[in-house]
Amino acid sequence: MRIRVCISSLAVPLLVVAMLFASGKGSIVNAQQAPPAVEVKIDNFSFGPVAITIPVGTTVTWTNRDDIPHTVVSDDKVFKSKVLDTDEKFSFTFTKAGTYPYFCSVHPKMTGKVIVQ
Amino acid sequence: MAGKTKDEILYDHNHDGIDRRGFLKCMAWAGTGTLCVMQGGVLKSFALNRPGDPGAAVAKGELSFVQISDSHMGFNKPANTNVGGTLQAAVDKINGLATPPEFLLHTGDISHLSRAEQFDNVDQILKSTGKQTFFVPGEHDVLDDDGKQFRERYAKNSKGTGWYSFDQKGVHFVGLVNVMNLKAGGLGSLGHEQLEWLEDDVKHLKSSTPIVVFAHIPLWTVYPEWGWGTEDSAQALGYLKKFGSVTVLNGHIHQTMQKVEGNVTFHTAASTAFPQPEPGKAPSPGPMTVPADQLRSYLGITNVNYVQGHGALAVVDSKLG
Repeated sequence: MRIRVCISSLAVPLLVVAMLFASGKGSIVNAQQAPPAVEVKIDNFSFGPVAITIPVGTTVTWTNRDDIPHTVVSDDKVFKSKVLDTDEKFSFTFTKAGTYPYFCSVHPKMTGKVIVQ
Repeated sequence: MAGKTKDEILYDHNHDGIDRRGFLKCMAWAGTGTLCVMQGGVLKSFALNRPGDPGAAVAKGELSFVQISDSHMGFNKPANTNVGGTLQAAVDKINGLATPPEFLLHTGDISHLSRAEQFDNVDQILKSTGKQTFFVPGEHDVLDDDGKQFRERYAKNSKGTGWYSFDQKGVHFVGLVNVMNLKAGGLGSLGHEQLEWLEDDVKHLKSSTPIVVFAHIPLWTVYPEWGWGTEDSAQALGYLKKFGSVTVLNGHIHQTMQKVEGNVTFHTAASTAFPQPEPGKAPSPGPMTVPADQLRSYLGITNVNYVQGHGALAVVDSKLG
């Protein structure tokens, strides 16, 4: 009895993997068509990850998870968010390769970087 | 020598015979509700809120005013879900002072998000003091509009981004703005134009004139890792070197702190909204949540007294509860 239980508990994940493979082709095609997206979280007066490297065309979304408002402002004035209160988001799509340092204009010790390749 | 001058009083500019050690010993008590006052040339300290509180009698001088700071109207997170209530408690405390203040100074972060209704709420609560309030902006008061609304409401006759000066009973007050045009990775900033104005503003004054400078971010480096300082404050203080008594009043760090450097006494005021951690004692300088029944012991007002003939101003921090 014990062996049977083990086999059946193994069988379930195997089945799931098999189903993923079966539908895998379509999923990959969809992923290629959808624009790439990356998340940056603001926690404890820091951007995380502090530096990201992304392909051209990626949309980066920043989410403020602090109790204090922050902003996301490019050093070179390429992008500039309005003030973000708790849980508010700001998104920007990077269409040109380059390095984009940015900071919080309210708390300028908070800095981050987006590298677009 | 430069290193040595930084933390020591090299001469007795007040002629009151107080050494640095004695002064700091007194000032160390200030955050817990102590009154430090010059009396007969001797610095004395008194605990506040004790029966027979001697504070009111000895503190009476030519000029008395109150500093409040960081009311953050609109903040509603667990650290304080009723910032209107605690600002009202601060106003009640001001209205109950034995020596009524001539006016109030608000050292910024009046609002949490620079919204009109947040400024309106503060104005409404402060109205019951019946006193004029002089404001300087905090970074929360100049969000998204470069301080336009702040200047229209609170600094109509100011220069530049909102700086100004005025005189009261022989004391020269200077309100400075160090929350605008901040640079990536940097601290608070006064900027070239404001520094030039300051140099010009004080150069005609006699060196015996007591000076009070008030601004939001500390004009001394409290903790640069958290941005608690102003990058060009040394230049501003350089213009004030000739004066025998300079008192600098700041907010921003939501806790009381004092420092004496030569002729300058620096103070930061408590917030009326929520406390922030001591420098470096938390992962970030964000709001510190304390047990609800202790919150008011972390909040407060600052009462400042000037007695003619005694150089230094007496600065008294007192808790809301």
